[in-house]
Amino acid sequence: MSEPIIRMDSISKRFGALTVLDGLSLQVRPGEKLALIGPSGSGKTTILRILMTLESISGGHVEVDGEQLFHMPGQGGLVPANEAHLHHMRTRIGMVFQHFNLFPHKSVLDNITLAPILTKGVSRRDAEVKARELLEMVGLADKASSMPSQLSGGQKQRVAIARALALSPKIMLFDEVTSALDPELVEEVLNVMRRLAAETDMTMLLVTHEMGFAHDFADRVLFFDRGRIVEEGAPDEIFRHPKQERTQTFLRKIIAAGHRV
Amino acid sequence: MEWDWTFVRDIMPLLLDGLRLTLVATVLGAALAAVVGLVFAVLRRSPIKAVSLSTAAVVEFIRGTPLLVQLYFIFFVLPDVGISLPAMTCGVIGLGLHYGTYAAEVYRGGIDNVAKGQWEAAKAVNLTKRQTWVHVILPQAIPPMIPALANYLVAMFKETPLLSAITVLELMNQAKSIANSNYRYIEPMTLVGVFFLIMSLISVAFLRVLENRFKERT
Repeated sequence: MSEPIIRMDSISKRFGALTVLDGLSLQVRPGEKLALIGPSGSGKTTILRILMTLESISGGHVEVDGEQLFHMPGQGGLVPANEAHLHHMRTRIGMVFQHFNLFPHKSVLDNITLAPILTKGVSRRDAEVKARELLEMVGLADKASSMPSQLSGGQKQRVAIARALALSPKIMLFDEVTSALDPELVEEVLNVMRRLAAETDMTMLLVTHEMGFAHDFADRVLFFDRGRIVEEGAPDEIFRHPKQERTQTFLRKIIAAGHRV
Repeated sequence: MEWDWTFVRDIMPLLLDGLRLTLVATVLGAALAAVVGLVFAVLRRSPIKAVSLSTAAVVEFIRGTPLLVQLYFIFFVLPDVGISLPAMTCGVIGLGLHYGTYAAEVYRGGIDNVAKGQWEAAKAVNLTKRQTWVHVILPQAIPPMIPALANYLVAMFKETPLLSAITVLELMNQAKSIANSNYRYIEPMTLVGVFFLIMSLISVAFLRVLENRFKERT
């Protein structure tokens, strides 16, 4: 088995008196597709936000691609990471948000090319060639010059996926990417993600309430509750034969709410 | 009392000279206010509590006291502690500080109005702090600020006659001295009103154009 690309070691995260993550450890293999499920407030989104360095950690260590995320070598040991180190680490990670967070003042094409041009020194020409390829892949080749406000939610989210892919990250984080969409627009986004999973060897972490999709997409499913991983395993194990009572209760509620498994 | 065109022609050069000083005070005051406002806005966002709180206190103090009192203070009181500045400099500092506090609030509101997700998206595509400000935050924050900033600019322009209280020979002060030495008020005062109206209308029109141009770009 190859070295893990993500290694989280007894991570804790507190917001004031509230403990969101409680000594959580997790290892992810390169290329693995992981689905994080669980009730809201269970800490699964916080995992993604920590990996994207949008949140700091209160304790523990995170290693990404063989390097410490929040620490760097110095003074004969490890010291807290500076902005340059975080910048260096972020090149490996991309994220897609629940609410898209496209840049509303820039065209679809500029949304995708902005970061490659600014952060990787790619020429505008090359950046646009790649952006158009990505738009082709997400089925929006004709929308390059549109503004985000002219797009549907599903189209916005596909542009957001293309924007993240333009930086060629090794790890992609998807944070409830279909939760803000009208039901009829969910499928077009899931289709893009299915293709991505099938055609690339990117490591993907997915926080979702779409249990059917999680089942088909993931190599491994993690069930979170109250800041801990309560149960993990292959999709069939978790969805068909959950061992823990909390997992069973959660899945029953989800099915009762009309989600397909 | 009749309108005397000959008198108007005689006093026009003096009034135009006053108008020139009024415009200089407005432009310099606005430039200073824009910079001071930015400094106040940035200091108020400081993560260091002592800095942000003391900035807030200073801003509230300046906003809560009349501009006229501040001008008197700068021009008549500061010399007592050894700081003597030319009247015009005092006027520009007074206008700049006073309106800088208003500009700071406008900046702050504009920046706070940019969705939190924009900062996060910028970080997720690995932009630096500076790139985030220049390419993501400011282009979204500035256009909605323009109407409010424009209103303050016109308001400041119309408050420049206060500088006459500290001996700056701007438009109002010129008109007053002409009126006092000729015992005729109707022409100089009417002309002052007309000048201010024309300049206000021009600047409002100009700023509308600016506003529309920013709107098109977003």
